[in-house]
Amino acid sequence: MAGLAAIFGSGAMTNSIREIEGMDIIFIIGSNTKESHPVIANRMIKAFRKGAKIIVADPRRVPMVRFAESFLNLKPGTDIALINGIANVIISEGLYNKEFIDAKTEGFEEWKNSLKDFTPEHVEKITGVSKDEVIKAARLYGNSRNAGIFYTMGITQHVCGTDNVSAVANLAMLTGNIGRESTGINPLRGQNNVQGASDAGCLPNTYPGYQRVDLPEIREKFEKAWGVSLSSNPGLTATEMIPAAHAGKIKAMYIMGENPVVTDPNARHTIDSLKKLDFFVVQDIFLTETAQLADVVLPSTCFAEKDGTFSNTERKVQRVRKAVEPPGEARDDLSILMEISGRLGYKMEYNSPEAVIREFGQVWPAIGGITYDRLDKSGIQWPCPTKDHPGTEYLYKDGFAKDRVRFNAVPYTSPAETTDKEYTFVLTTGRNLFQYHSGSMTRRVEPIEKHAGVAYVEINPEDAKRLNIKNGENIKISSRRGAVEIKARITSTVSAGTIFIPMHYAEASANILTNDALDARAKIPEFKVCAVKIG
Amino acid sequence: MNKNITIQVCMGTGGMAAGGFEVLAAFESLMREKNIPAEFRKECSMHKVGCRGLCAKDVLVDVITDDRRTIYQYIKPEMVERIIDEHIVGGAPVSEWEVDEDYHKFHEKQVKVVLSDCGNIDPEDINAYIASDGYKAAEKIFASMAPEEVIDIMKKSGLRGRGGAGFPTGVKWEACRKVEAGQKYVICNADEGDPGAFMDRAVIEGNPHAVIEGMLIGAYAIGASKGYVYIRAEYPLAVERLKKAIAAARECGFLGKNILGKGFDFDIKIKLGAGAFVCGEETALIASIEGQRGMPRAKPPFPVHRGLWGKPTVINNVETLANIPYIIKKGHEWFSSYGTEKSKGTKVFALTGKIKNSGLIEVPMGITLKEIIYDIGGGIENGKSLKAVQTGGPSGGCITTDMLDITMDYESLAKVGSIVGSGGMIVLDEDDCMVNMAKYFLQFTQSESCGKCVPCRIGTKRLLEIMNRITKGAGKQGDIELLEKLSNDIKAASLCGLGQTAPNPVLSTIKYFREEYEAHLQGKCPAKACREMLTYHIIEEFCKGCGACLRACPAGAITGEKKKPHKIAPEICIRCGACFDVCKFKAVGKE
Amino acid sequence: MKKLKITIDGKTIEVPENATVLDAAKTAGIAVPTLCHHPKLTPFGGCRLCIVEIKGIPRPVTSCTTPVSDGMEVTTSTEQLENLRKTVLELILSDHPNDCMVCEKAGDCTLQELAYSYGIRENRFAGERRIYEKKDGNPFLERDMEKCILCGRCVKICDEVQGVGAIDFTYRGFKSKICPPYEKDLDCEFCGQCVAVCPTGALTGKQWALKGRQRGVREVDTVCSYCGTGCNITLHVKDNTVTRVTSKEDTWNEGWLCIKGRFGYTFINSPDRLTKPLIRIKDRSSSLNSSNGLDDIFREASWEEAFDHIASRLSDIKTKHGSDAIGGLSSARCTNEENYIFQKLMRAGVGTNNVDHCARL
Ligand SMILES: Cc1cc2nc3c(=O)[nH]c(=O)nc-3n(C[C@H](O)[C@H](O)[C@H](O)COP(=O)(O)O)c2cc1C
Ligand code: SF4
Ligand code: SF4
Repeated sequence: MAGLAAIFGSGAMTNSIREIEGMDIIFIIGSNTKESHPVIANRMIKAFRKGAKIIVADPRRVPMVRFAESFLNLKPGTDIALINGIANVIISEGLYNKEFIDAKTEGFEEWKNSLKDFTPEHVEKITGVSKDEVIKAARLYGNSRNAGIFYTMGITQHVCGTDNVSAVANLAMLTGNIGRESTGINPLRGQNNVQGASDAGCLPNTYPGYQRVDLPEIREKFEKAWGVSLSSNPGLTATEMIPAAHAGKIKAMYIMGENPVVTDPNARHTIDSLKKLDFFVVQDIFLTETAQLADVVLPSTCFAEKDGTFSNTERKVQRVRKAVEPPGEARDDLSILMEISGRLGYKMEYNSPEAVIREFGQVWPAIGGITYDRLDKSGIQWPCPTKDHPGTEYLYKDGFAKDRVRFNAVPYTSPAETTDKEYTFVLTTGRNLFQYHSGSMTRRVEPIEKHAGVAYVEINPEDAKRLNIKNGENIKISSRRGAVEIKARITSTVSAGTIFIPMHYAEASANILTNDALDARAKIPEFKVCAVKIG
Repeated sequence: MNKNITIQVCMGTGGMAAGGFEVLAAFESLMREKNIPAEFRKECSMHKVGCRGLCAKDVLVDVITDDRRTIYQYIKPEMVERIIDEHIVGGAPVSEWEVDEDYHKFHEKQVKVVLSDCGNIDPEDINAYIASDGYKAAEKIFASMAPEEVIDIMKKSGLRGRGGAGFPTGVKWEACRKVEAGQKYVICNADEGDPGAFMDRAVIEGNPHAVIEGMLIGAYAIGASKGYVYIRAEYPLAVERLKKAIAAARECGFLGKNILGKGFDFDIKIKLGAGAFVCGEETALIASIEGQRGMPRAKPPFPVHRGLWGKPTVINNVETLANIPYIIKKGHEWFSSYGTEKSKGTKVFALTGKIKNSGLIEVPMGITLKEIIYDIGGGIENGKSLKAVQTGGPSGGCITTDMLDITMDYESLAKVGSIVGSGGMIVLDEDDCMVNMAKYFLQFTQSESCGKCVPCRIGTKRLLEIMNRITKGAGKQGDIELLEKLSNDIKAASLCGLGQTAPNPVLSTIKYFREEYEAHLQGKCPAKACREMLTYHIIEEFCKGCGACLRACPAGAITGEKKKPHKIAPEICIRCGACFDVCKFKAVGKE
Repeated sequence: MKKLKITIDGKTIEVPENATVLDAAKTAGIAVPTLCHHPKLTPFGGCRLCIVEIKGIPRPVTSCTTPVSDGMEVTTSTEQLENLRKTVLELILSDHPNDCMVCEKAGDCTLQELAYSYGIRENRFAGERRIYEKKDGNPFLERDMEKCILCGRCVKICDEVQGVGAIDFTYRGFKSKICPPYEKDLDCEFCGQCVAVCPTGALTGKQWALKGRQRGVREVDTVCSYCGTGCNITLHVKDNTVTRVTSKEDTWNEGWLCIKGRFGYTFINSPDRLTKPLIRIKDRSSSLNSSNGLDDIFREASWEEAFDHIASRLSDIKTKHGSDAIGGLSSARCTNEENYIFQKLMRAGVGTNNVDHCARL
């Protein structure tokens, strides 16, 4: 989460899930929490029962709206305008936290000037949210000193994703809603160990622990630790590797436990690119759509078949324990990787997963205090630098990485692809409650498949009526990149002019349609907005 | 011809069912027709009048002329013309249609407080209530009394809740007053679910403003700004009148913001109940208003501490509330001059069963049962003999003939294992089987149990099963003891008043009529009421051979030629008793 | 918070002022039987088992619903209380199938345990039992309402915690029943939270029917592998198969799970699982969307062969095109340790920073 890290020092959730209970305002923007993070939603409902007020900003009438005091039904891709508008009202009504701004921030005046145009009236025009609702939400958030903001891909999966995050951060800084218990900014991680994979350095620009590869002293540190000389070239992100493969710059790929054919935007392009590789290895538990393109497929283990740790969205490192033996000759991933490394001439020898995390803790002190022994009873939230450190429930208790955090002016930019005469609908994508990600696991669970096994597109009753579409009818949706045949589900969850397709179904994959335009900084594709037509 | 004529037509639910509307319409149109000069109509005012109790005599019509009030009974529209001709025009009342001596006796021993204005003022006209000193009590407290003083008067008056439990109202208010909270509520309990009870309906239909004024006084005393009347949807007329009354009170500044200019806010909402008996229980009622299923909640915490939406709440019964304006107006000494040491004031009972004059009565607490039965009620119907009186409805018990001198008050009734309850009073005669009667009430409570707690939900079902087998003649040795044991456990372990009192009719009948239970175990129903235990036969000398029984028998057990005595085949007979009911010549005997 | 002094069975203890008498009993180490009570849900007071006597209150009250007050004197067990508890249990059992022999819940059933500890064999109150012919057709939850004791836990967790309210009490009296509106088949979030709190065999998972109860079942605590919440789960394992997933009440997620966490585990034993390394035998252009079977595209290989193949091809490409011609994608579904080793493999073994995972997707 590049945006948040650049501003505050870390890109992780600043609060822990338990703290949600103590919030008095919960501002959910671009997160379908009830379906994507159901158990976090349970906490929010608990807070709601205790009197917390909930604000939901979403282009869809997501289930959490049932509990919302204020629902901001914005047009897809207009988040910046909405957030800036809310900030503007908070300033003009004097609801901001002057003390916090004076003590901990810089650039306030400049930023304040950048908001001038975002009057509630103007914001209403861009976002479709009535000015009264904007004002109401601003008052709710502005009057709270224990507010939490929650977002997921609805904020980041845009060409302006980084700016979206900045806008959110500005709002929290404006009201001093960060750095305290039950008060903060919380990006919710979509997958079980995204946090851990990032922490562990599976990022092209950072070694384990977000230590930058472009800083020579850091590189030297790792060269020493690993006993090898390391490349100073910046690496490519996943979303850059695919086009690089297409362009012939990347010749070989090794993919472990990922299914980009289904999860990446513009699926046809992804397939073409992968087909161009000279050599392609996939290590997975199933022969996924991606694995089917590989030269070598290695059978590996699932979470129930190995020991190790996962780090959840609240930075909590937790023990994963082996419960069953893997099927057939499937092998645990660690031993596979060590074997290959050895054969490539770099020997790695660890006699247990714990030995790995011990080394990890040596190169990144934030988890230096975490041992399997300590994780036996319950997980520990990093930073946890020493063996007797209890872990950290919320971040920035003692200030930010830099002395002052900066307000960043964020202009509103419209999505990369907007509707036109031909492509009149906005497509937005996401998850549903029942399936998960590319579906490689959940679609193999019989009752889930029985209950939610058919791909569908949500379409507003008004649009359906106009286009004479019946519920359950198969319709064709096409974008500039491809077309799918898919069942229509008529529902007012989506507003007129917008349609929604869940990402899980390879046979009618939303990502055949989506745009692979990237956010310039975070390199996150714009899954949440593209222009399509029906028919 | 008389000047100043008032005609009153009984328009309570009973009166309307008997044709009150039609009677009133007949008066209106005939008077217009007959009395061509228009000024006559001007001089005659017509009222829609609430229930006066003696429902058996509906439609009751009062014709009040300058000098006297004439009350007619059983009036039908076609009788109206003669009244107008002879009485209103001719000046001579139609004496043969006037109420009889019973009517006067019915009223003589009664003392009307809550019913005092019922039947005399137009319930749909707030001015009628005001003219009869209505809202004077509210004005009085707003002008000169602190909430604590109001509570003090209530405590001194000795008024106790009329909804069943008999809890001292002043004490309840005081407890609620003492709780600090931003929001408090007053709820009027008008659910009235006891089968056969209709006093609350009568009060609301006849004098809704007294209830509203009572709520307002309560709200002032405890510091509540919102009130609810929880009333069953099956009372459309009461709901209608209440709605009108609330609107009128709001218009006149007795409800709403800044009442009587004293800066006190209070308003009332009506919440319709679906007619579940248990919703009359105060915590279930609260759940129901909150939009949840009407299931009772455990006490403590009591509603005065944690009630509606968790806020302190006083719940009072309709009759309780209707007493309050009168107490404030006339003083607590006046009120407590009626009644016994611990039970003050009057109580409205619904007198039903095998009694000559059935209907609503309001009597001072402490009156004897004998007075009620013989003076007010006019004795037992059809010359039969009194067997027992069941008070308190499905939660109550029975009183036997050797206890007729018992006084009607909370303590005395509790002592004999019964209760005042909401005021149901059923008179039973020699044809009533006590076991069957208890079974009837148990059936009611079992089917009305909310299902929340085990002893009530399953326990009363098991009681009922045992009662069923006893009344079918299939009872077993030990059943009576089992009934007692289970009854006591249900009473002790149930969550709410419904379960805690549901076994009362069983226990009370076992206590006083154990021999009837024993007889059933021997295969006999002494009252010959338990149909399934009887055998039916045709008494030849009475049978005229009319064939009515033959046609009525659903089992085809009766044979016989026309005009000749018929016969019942015992092996086919299903003991339904249809033949017995249908025979006009008392030629069917049962054993 | 203010502390209050109360005496339970002669023991004087201090408890917080918002405690219930049941909480206080727990603090004092006194066991009070309960059935409808659940510590994470609002008190109900329906089963009547936790009744106690309190000085000054004329009748027994349920300890789970009664707030403590200063100086309260409580007795949790008397002859009369035990008598009432026994009657209540007998009444429940008089309307229960009592088919523990074949019940999924046997051995883990609160009702069974209570019947056992109160030694209930005969039933003085035997009588009619509720019979429900129609079964709920949803694919996840078995709802055997004949076993339901109407404790209301499922209703409350569905409403209070899950915010769904898919079921409620309906009907009255003996016929009272918990069901979805109009007794339709359940159509909800299928989180299975109700299954988790049901104290009897009324609610169970269809997936785990006949897969094993307590005997020979091993429990392994681990973390859910779906979303980033990272709920703590317990895998029930029998014969090297995960037969059920639960979550313990004392976990940080309070035992709550969603549909994926609770029911989405059978992929582990899917016949589609890869069991041997595969090596491509057919040209790549004919793979996806092709009508030929996978056997035409891949052949099985030994690990040795696969490793050799990979090492030599990667080395070739590295020599020919340089390290940066190789890219690696790791997985958010793998452990921290695996991810650490993966990036180390790419950086130290292959020599490139081209390593990423799916954080952006
Ligand atoms: C099962 C049950 C039904 C009840 N029904 C009524 C009712 O219909 N009307 C009523 O006023 N009180 C009813 N009550 C009594 C109320 O719970 C409560 O005691 C009463 O409304 C308090 O008002 P009071 O103090 O003025 O009597 C019922 C109680 C139980 C246990
Ligand atoms: S006693 Fe009966 S009505 Fe009252 S809570 Fe229990 S089951 Fe419901
Ligand atoms: S289904 Fe289970 S949890 Fe729900 S009420 Fe019945 S016994 Fe209780």
